[in-house]
Amino acid sequence: MTITDPSAFGGQPSGEDDPSVRLPLVEGASENFTTVTDAVAGIAEIPVERTNRAWIICFAISLSLLGMLGLLILHLITTGVGVWGNNNPAYWGWPIVNFVFWVGIGHAGTLISAILFLTRQNWRTGVNRAAEAMTIFAVVCAGMFPGIHIGRVWVAYWLFPLPNQMAMWPNFRSPLLWDVFAVSTYATVSLLFWYMGMVPDLATFRDRAVNNTRRIAYGIFSLGWTGSSRHWHVYERAYLLLAALATPLVLSVHSVVSFDFAVSQLPGWHTTIFPPYFVAGAIFSGFAMVLTLMIPARQFFGLKHIITMRHIDVMCRILMATGLMVGYAYSIEFFIAWYGGVQYESFAFVNRAFGNYWWAYWIMVSCNVLIPQLFWSQKLRRNLWVVMIVSITTNIGMWFERFVIAVTSLTRDFVPSSWGYFSPTWVDITMFIGSFGLFFTLFLLFLRFLPVVAIAEVKTVLPQAHAHGEDHGESHSAGGSAAAPASRHDA
Amino acid sequence: MSDQKKHDEIHGVVAYFDDVDSVMSAARKVRDAGYKKWDTYTPFPVHGIDEAMGTKPTILPWIVLGMGLTGMACGLLLQWYTNAYDYVFLISGKPNWSLPANIPVTFEVVILFSAYTAFFAMLGLNKLPHLSNPLHKLPKFRRVTADRFAICVEAKDPNFDADRVRAILGAETSELEDCPVDTSRAALPLWFHAVMALVTCATFIPLSLAVKGRFATSDKPRYHVWPDMDFQRKRKTQTGWEGFEDGRSMRLPVEGTIPRGELRDDFELYFGVAQGAAVPPRATYEAGVMGGDKFEWLSSFPTAVVVDDALLERGRERYGIYCGVCHGAQGNGLGAVALRAAAIDAEQWGWVSPKALQSDSAKGYTNGELFHIAGNGISSMKGYGSQITPKDRWAIVAFVRAIQASQALPKAPADLPAGVDFEPVPTIKDVRLSEASVDAPASGTEPAGEAR
Repeated sequence: MTITDPSAFGGQPSGEDDPSVRLPLVEGASENFTTVTDAVAGIAEIPVERTNRAWIICFAISLSLLGMLGLLILHLITTGVGVWGNNNPAYWGWPIVNFVFWVGIGHAGTLISAILFLTRQNWRTGVNRAAEAMTIFAVVCAGMFPGIHIGRVWVAYWLFPLPNQMAMWPNFRSPLLWDVFAVSTYATVSLLFWYMGMVPDLATFRDRAVNNTRRIAYGIFSLGWTGSSRHWHVYERAYLLLAALATPLVLSVHSVVSFDFAVSQLPGWHTTIFPPYFVAGAIFSGFAMVLTLMIPARQFFGLKHIITMRHIDVMCRILMATGLMVGYAYSIEFFIAWYGGVQYESFAFVNRAFGNYWWAYWIMVSCNVLIPQLFWSQKLRRNLWVVMIVSITTNIGMWFERFVIAVTSLTRDFVPSSWGYFSPTWVDITMFIGSFGLFFTLFLLFLRFLPVVAIAEVKTVLPQAHAHGEDHGESHSAGGSAAAPASRHDA
Repeated sequence: MSDQKKHDEIHGVVAYFDDVDSVMSAARKVRDAGYKKWDTYTPFPVHGIDEAMGTKPTILPWIVLGMGLTGMACGLLLQWYTNAYDYVFLISGKPNWSLPANIPVTFEVVILFSAYTAFFAMLGLNKLPHLSNPLHKLPKFRRVTADRFAICVEAKDPNFDADRVRAILGAETSELEDCPVDTSRAALPLWFHAVMALVTCATFIPLSLAVKGRFATSDKPRYHVWPDMDFQRKRKTQTGWEGFEDGRSMRLPVEGTIPRGELRDDFELYFGVAQGAAVPPRATYEAGVMGGDKFEWLSSFPTAVVVDDALLERGRERYGIYCGVCHGAQGNGLGAVALRAAAIDAEQWGWVSPKALQSDSAKGYTNGELFHIAGNGISSMKGYGSQITPKDRWAIVAFVRAIQASQALPKAPADLPAGVDFEPVPTIKDVRLSEASVDAPASGTEPAGEAR
């Protein structure tokens, strides 16, 4: 499925279904460099007093939730991790479930930026910036949970190999330490990737600035970028290298997260399918979150011609594909449990589906495997309400997947005497809600003050971006001729 | 360069274009004119412009490769030093250093180093951040980051000739302007440099303290950053606390509490006296205080103790562990400790030789008294009550009775089974004689001393 294949996007009437015609990535016949710049920069340039009412309401809610999260963290630190429901035998309760949930969401951004960049999926330009931002904010939420889960947060630096007065070092053979390295590397590299992509757009903002505050703020962060072609040359090479480095990284991170479980001996965790299964699940949940965020954002900020219905269509297909992969993993786990002939494994999986957490398992299966099947229908992929609901149920399903893995396995291990039942406390629940406050506060600030779409990259996919001179006289102009009929899909 | 000329000095000549084709065509002309210090400015990376400008490929990938390999070396070295050399983790007999477990972290460090290098080397090669570029002063130039294109030929170029440049670029576009040298650059005030110098120096203080702490010696304990585990809000044993009436942090058990395993209701078993009789004090046996009929000492064994082969075997074993070192394996009072004490004449310091258990005086004690002595001691012997359980002490008493019966015979009994060697148990006198006979020649000759 590539962008050069129009049938990949479906819905083109047969008369226009000409494979030689490349459909425009930005819809609208009159779109040019100026209009694209105005559309994106205009969002961040709205004066404070004319801020979108919906944004203010969302921001107020998110900020309140963030404040609540802050108070809850204070309560946790001053009282101890006993305020959570974690206890023998479920020492890994919601905090770890939430950690894996958020890290998983954080995978789509780098996937879109890096893997789709390397595979020349040019449609990514419309959504990559926001997806990268989502990645970073999700990783911030994810990193918070293990950070406060360690109990004595003031010694969180023990996670890193720093010389100390105890003359001790961390154990590099522990998957938990691999996780520290994987997640912190992922967070910093994603941040670099995001920021580097944003430098030229910040320069655009700087040059459009109407007051000194904006000029200085954007000026500092755009590092004096001029758009020099010699700079672009090195910049593009650096971007390509970062994409090439981030691609194995994004696959490694959730693999390492899965090692936290798979390297232990617990039935239900100790399986070799975990790394690919976790990565597929991460991409699945990440794309669901991108859809959840992008559909309202394009609506409110007038970006329907840049984040088009085709973007949504492609993402729905990816969602369905990864959903099927996750469904395959669920079934193969059962097969291996039976085929392996280990009674503990068999019990663990039968218990998952029919034990005391059966409800969580079936929420997971219906949200992750059954509901995304709706996207076989093109009509439903075009209905934004359906897409929105499916993206949300997918995130609910993926949260339950992590809950099922962590909690059902821990509460039913080898010895019946150590069985138990996990119940969250009010702190567990409110903290998870509060983490959405953190996420949305950051994301709304991003929407309001930073370039939501990679302006420079979108310009490169406009037909005008290609020279018609003697060196490049091939068929680059094809895109321009097909620009006219495209915008009607916008419901 | 005179001051007068400086006013006219320009940074370069800038030409503006509206589309990709015209800027590409102009770029080729400037390239062909042989200029070096010039650049095109575009709102997005224009495909093919590198060739139009004659830009050489960047060395960035090689820098990133080098730093990636450095990252691999650092990652491996870090893990080897911390886990296999400086602080070895011994886990289930696994090797101290096994590569597979170190691959994930090595991989992450490679990516970390490479990604940072890709970003910061990009900035370095582009000489960014560069906030005081004179081009930023041109109002028209600001649209170059949005929707226009520009070419600037800089005055620094050795072949620069403003008129010629204007002619070349003017053929492509009508929008030309001179970019003046930026003279508005205000120097940072002196105090700023002073403060920054001080701050820079101050950042070395923690590092130097850490280095000093690493290599200097001190009689103070190590500094703990977080002492909350060392100093906890709790009272330790044997300390005072004003919160309780008696001023002690420790609590006494509730009246009448009997600790686990300390119920002593069987007087025969635990005290060696008749049930219900007076209980002897937990003190060293003294004939004047406890002997005679002052207590109703048990002459037989408690009903709770069954004297059989198993008990005697248990007694022999316990005796060998606890008693034999002084009283001798045969009960003749010639254990290793006793011999050593005799050799150094320890009696001068109040040592009392261990009793030969076959002696008549030893035989004269009741079972109860022997049990009490085993548990609480006699003369210079300390009690073994804390090491040996009551049942084991009774087993020892039984064994002592057995060796008293079997090994105190002055000569071989008539009914000795065939094939059994009978040797009379040696006494301290025999030992002293034999030692003297060994020592005498040994003091004279070297080989004899070695043989011993």
